[in-house]
Amino acid sequence: MLEIKDLKVKLEDEDKQILKGVNLTVEAGKVHAIMGPNGSGKSTLSYVLSGRDGYEVTDGSATLEGEDLLDMDPEERAALGMFLAFQYPVEIPGVGNMTFLRTAVNAQRKARGEDEMSASDFLKEIRAKAKTLKIDADMLKRPVNVGFSGGEKKRNEILQMAMLEPKMCILDETDSGLDVDAMKLVAEGVNALRSEGRGFLVITHYQRLLDHIKPDVVHIMANGRIVKTGGPELALEVENNGYADILAEVA
Amino acid sequence: MAVAQTKQSATEARLASLVAHEGGGWISSGRQAALERVRMMGLPDRRDEYWKYTRPDTLVQAEAPKAALFETTDPRVFDGIDRLKIVFTDGVFDADASDDLSLEGLNIERLADIAGKDIHWAKDLYGVLETNGQTPVERPLAALNTAFATDGVVIHVTGQVSKPVSLIYNHRSEVSDAMLHHLVKVDAGAKVTILENGPAAARFNKVMEVEIADGAEFHHVRAQGRDHERRAITHIFTRLGVESVFKSFTLTANGMMTRNECVIELTGDDAVAHVAGAAVGDGDFHHDDTVFITHDAVNCESRQVFKKVLRNGATGVFQGKILVKPDAQKTDGYQISQSLLLDEDSQFLAKPELEIYADDVACSHGSTSGAIDEEALFYLRARGVPKNIATDLLTLAFLAEAVLEIEDEALAEEISSRLEGWLVRHNG
Repeated sequence: MLEIKDLKVKLEDEDKQILKGVNLTVEAGKVHAIMGPNGSGKSTLSYVLSGRDGYEVTDGSATLEGEDLLDMDPEERAALGMFLAFQYPVEIPGVGNMTFLRTAVNAQRKARGEDEMSASDFLKEIRAKAKTLKIDADMLKRPVNVGFSGGEKKRNEILQMAMLEPKMCILDETDSGLDVDAMKLVAEGVNALRSEGRGFLVITHYQRLLDHIKPDVVHIMANGRIVKTGGPELALEVENNGYADILAEVA
Repeated sequence: MAVAQTKQSATEARLASLVAHEGGGWISSGRQAALERVRMMGLPDRRDEYWKYTRPDTLVQAEAPKAALFETTDPRVFDGIDRLKIVFTDGVFDADASDDLSLEGLNIERLADIAGKDIHWAKDLYGVLETNGQTPVERPLAALNTAFATDGVVIHVTGQVSKPVSLIYNHRSEVSDAMLHHLVKVDAGAKVTILENGPAAARFNKVMEVEIADGAEFHHVRAQGRDHERRAITHIFTRLGVESVFKSFTLTANGMMTRNECVIELTGDDAVAHVAGAAVGDGDFHHDDTVFITHDAVNCESRQVFKKVLRNGATGVFQGKILVKPDAQKTDGYQISQSLLLDEDSQFLAKPELEIYADDVACSHGSTSGAIDEEALFYLRARGVPKNIATDLLTLAFLAEAVLEIEDEALAEEISSRLEGWLVRHNG
């Protein structure tokens, strides 16, 4: 599904190398987790894959189902099936949540040469999906993320994921700022989307999210590289011993 | 102080190009006094502080600069709204295109029809609010209008009116130089909505004087059309009685030179005045909103909300002042002017002013100019919305705050869709 080879990335404006050769393959139907200390490059990886400005790829490649992602605009990547659940979802005053989602769904369909979704089909679907995420009608009508609590913003991200039905989902610290109940709700939303054809990359600091979204593979990222890869037990090791031991071991 | 020689000769040159009206009637003395005001003040030139950001040359020069006609078969704004239509073409009343001027709750006359009468209530309003509005800041082009305008509508609102009165301005001659002077008198407890749209002429000078009695409401929605080469100077002068309401919104799309002045005097307690505008311009677009609000009564509310979207070197100007007189306690004044600059060539010049002599007031003002929010743009694109559509969505959202000032939902919707249409046409 997602194949990243020797990806090297620096900041566009500064001479600062952030990713120093990342290798990672996420297979369809699998959930991979990336853990790592602050400043290891986890969020940068998610931004580079989704096409945010400000980064320069100096080497390596990233493909989604064989298609080169790095040359594409963010909207082209989205239409291809890439989705990033933001660590800090952006507030957009004046743009209704519903208008935003409908525009996004139909723009992606159009880009793929599919028919647009009718207003009534869209309404039916979004109502059903919002209900399972406990998002009420008022939240759907309000401007995108404006006045939403931390938990509401993250649930809104998952709702977008559910509506857009991407192939590859990257969750960037989706657990940050969530209480236990909110985290459960978000995790249930994600688990409901797990399927044969869909890959997940879950970026997190903590094991606790992985109690709810069970990963198949866990990677430890440090200093711009993936330094260790293992099964779910690796996350437990981090939880119990911190990163120091692992980093010492690979150093 | 005497008017400088250069200003005096520019003023005389302009006056020489205009025809003085003979014929007596109640209006004569008002016109004569206005002409004297013009001579005393002199027409504005670029050295005037009040014209620092907008060059008045083309508005003052003797001949109107030529303006190409804009041909389109697209439906016009407000076409879908049930209204009473009054049409002026290049400043001349067009009876064939206009509806029958009778409507319950108000009385409409043409200025040209009543000007020759010996007595008319309009005498107490014509040029009166304009004269009041000349202090503390001079507005000579409004006085010029009072002295020379020959036509306009004179509306007396006596009750509830079932539909808006819609003034439609056609532009059919490349060299037309038009003046219209409207009077609106809204009796106590009465309510009216006035719509205005169209480019009017190559050069257009319009004054509207609005007297709003106690408990009366005046709503105004204006769309300044798509002709680009047109030039316009417009003034609204209004005086509000106790618990009365004035709400005015203007959409401006294109126009090489537009200056809209709005002079509001809150003279009755508990009155409310809102004035708002959304302007979108591309290239050699110049748009100026100049507002002066005087609070001269207790517990009044005023609100100014102006938004501008500027691209390809367009210029936006905002001069807004709130003057709170010593006895105007409990004044609530709010003013915001913002521009969205879509490139580095465009500019926004803002001069917000507060002058407060009462001690128990709440006044706030803010002015910003900035680019599209890159974070929001990326968020939309990351969800698959193409860059141009995402930019339009964010631009409309920026303008929406001003459009929300329109109370009537159908009118707000109409304005919103016109703005959207403009953005789509000017994309990329």
